[in-house]
Amino acid sequence: MNSTNLTTADGVPLKTSLRRAQRRHRLKAVLLVTPLFAFLLVAFVLPIMDMLTRSVDNPEVITYMPQTAEALIAWNGDGLPGEAVFAAAAHDLAKGSRERTIGHVASRLNYEKGGMRSLVMKTARKAKKWESGPYRELILAADKRWREPDVWLLIKRQSAPYTLSYFLSALDLRHGSDGSIESKPAHMKIYVDLFMRTLWMSALITALCLLLGYPVAFLLATLPMRQANLLMILVLLPFWTSMLVRTTTWIAILQSQGVLNDLFVWTGLIDDANRIQMIYNKTGTIIAMTHILLPFMILPLYSVMKTIPPSYMRAARSMGATAFTAFRRVYFPQTLTGIGAGSILVFILSIGYYITPALVGGQSGRFITNFIAYHMQQSLNWGLAAAIGSLLLGVVIALYMLYNRLIGIDNMKLG
Amino acid sequence: MRNLLASLGVAALGCLVSAAAQADTLNIVSWGGAYTESQNKAYHEPWSKKTGDKIINVDKAQAGLAGLRAQVQAGNVTWDLVDMLPSEAQIACDEGLIDIIDHDAVLAAAPDGTPASKDFIPGSLGECYVSQIVYSNIVAFNADMFPGKKPSSIADVFDLAGFPGKRSLQKKPVNNLEWALMADGVPADKVYEALGTEAGVKRAFAKLDTIKDNVIWWEEGAQPPQLLADKEVAFASAYNGRIFNAAVNEKQPFQIIWDAQVFELDGWVVPKGKLAKVRSYLKFATDTQRLADQAKYISYGPARASSAALVSTHAVTGIDMKPHMPTYGPNFKTALHKDDEFWADHLDELTERFNAWLAK
Repeated sequence: MNSTNLTTADGVPLKTSLRRAQRRHRLKAVLLVTPLFAFLLVAFVLPIMDMLTRSVDNPEVITYMPQTAEALIAWNGDGLPGEAVFAAAAHDLAKGSRERTIGHVASRLNYEKGGMRSLVMKTARKAKKWESGPYRELILAADKRWREPDVWLLIKRQSAPYTLSYFLSALDLRHGSDGSIESKPAHMKIYVDLFMRTLWMSALITALCLLLGYPVAFLLATLPMRQANLLMILVLLPFWTSMLVRTTTWIAILQSQGVLNDLFVWTGLIDDANRIQMIYNKTGTIIAMTHILLPFMILPLYSVMKTIPPSYMRAARSMGATAFTAFRRVYFPQTLTGIGAGSILVFILSIGYYITPALVGGQSGRFITNFIAYHMQQSLNWGLAAAIGSLLLGVVIALYMLYNRLIGIDNMKLG
Repeated sequence: MRNLLASLGVAALGCLVSAAAQADTLNIVSWGGAYTESQNKAYHEPWSKKTGDKIINVDKAQAGLAGLRAQVQAGNVTWDLVDMLPSEAQIACDEGLIDIIDHDAVLAAAPDGTPASKDFIPGSLGECYVSQIVYSNIVAFNADMFPGKKPSSIADVFDLAGFPGKRSLQKKPVNNLEWALMADGVPADKVYEALGTEAGVKRAFAKLDTIKDNVIWWEEGAQPPQLLADKEVAFASAYNGRIFNAAVNEKQPFQIIWDAQVFELDGWVVPKGKLAKVRSYLKFATDTQRLADQAKYISYGPARASSAALVSTHAVTGIDMKPHMPTYGPNFKTALHKDDEFWADHLDELTERFNAWLAK
């Protein structure tokens, strides 16, 4: 009797019955995770894909000046293009002006070179009235800026459906007139400094959180239950309080007419005229963010420390280690996974932080995220916002991989 | 068959009538604060009384262009009328985000029959644009903070030694670069010529450098009067109507430095596809009487010639409004007309430069 003949009570072969049951289970499992999967897709994967696409997407010129884009392919970039390009441009400009789509091209080109907006719009309005060529003369007469080969090079460069110019801008670079990539002049540089500032301030905030959080987590893990619970509530209460409330509380405490400065003046530490500027600068951002992110450091540390049996330390001491050596060689290495988890959590949250730097950071305490928001809401340069966002995402992924390499993500313990 | 057609016709007519009589809800985007209040009093309340329409004020004009782009791109336009500056309106019009307005067909003629296109002051009507007011960007100060000599010129704003104290300026290059040059001795009619050159822009930023450490930057129109009232700053740039409102309605000791005022227009645009819905409101709100009425509540000059003659006294305090208008003779001597084309071209690059300068 071989296994194929095995049947269940109702006569179905065992193998079929098993398969059926397994299929049902798999289906159930799939159905159970479907809502989460759909949510992740809609709320996470698609927006990120959209952002990545937008950062290189360059549809304006090729969509709204298609003939010009086509004609420019044949042009080698020497001097001014020929009549074919001018005729195509005149046609596209007139059509775009009639259909009111040429403004998109004007806005796009103006990001790259100030003055392109009026050049394109003015010429487009005139082009509506042109009936026959030669268009070269008509366009050159419409505005003398069309005599600059740079203008045509710019249009040629931007008629590709994808562009790197947003990424170049986000790295303080630009296309030179010969098409090579060059550094922007010093007075236009901004984003690289902001990236660096965001990184070092986040590192500092992480270090401060670790410095302040480690002893607290240690106490939480070692104190008797009663005191530990009380301390835990003190850690969790601010954690549960609205972030806006915590941030504005810091404004009330730190501002020049605030509680802390009043106290300093009252005790005579400083005089009234020399109140310390502790907010609307880097100091403000660092203090407020350290406070807000502290629980994200304490909780992973605590969960790791809780698992370390106190007997290890006692054993070390009984074998002659000093309290410090016992801590350094026995206790501390066992908390490394908690330190890693807490640090990476705080650091990644910190470089993406936006509202606290905006409220208390003033000019010098702003993060790169504030400029993403600025380009989304004010300047409307969504391509640039997407490019900065993509770079930030890249930085986070790189750090994560570095962490994985050095410590190993499997060793991370969040609780 | 004929009966059926007739009854269908009657039914269709009935639908039309009921649609016309049905009260609408209009979402109107404006700047908030004292300005929206003046529109409420002069336009919205009379209109609601007349038609029963409900008007919802949306204080999002600061991000008007962003909002229009997003709504049109998403194909879900929820705004019915937007208050906008002419430079942004031009961009919105060029990108097809707003409806074209045939001025004489849509807008009311003046009481004497002059068509709208002749009655609005020159340059105040655009292809997609109807102005309401002429307003001005000025610098004001809190008189309590200068018991002795009072500042009177734009150069005084940049004179930290003569007039100490913090300054509050709007966080964008517009107006500030113009003021910096004028304070540095460039006459009003040469300002945009200078700003068109690298040397001129450098000179403007160098002048701003002299006060940079003493500037608190504001972003919302309601902030400057507040900062002045709290004596957080001695000087603040502001829209002249906000300072008027604080000085007259709230009795704040604010004074306006009219020297080097940068004036411009402000008006309505109609988001794409909304013209039919707001047409009758737009006609009402921009007629001669409504524009003149607005000047009873806030010191902005009406954009129609026929309204100017009707500007009289403040609705609450009864003071004469004329000396408070940006266009009043003595106030207007060194006025600069904001060059919309210059800013349409250079806003992107100068804002980038301004942000880089701020971050240094």
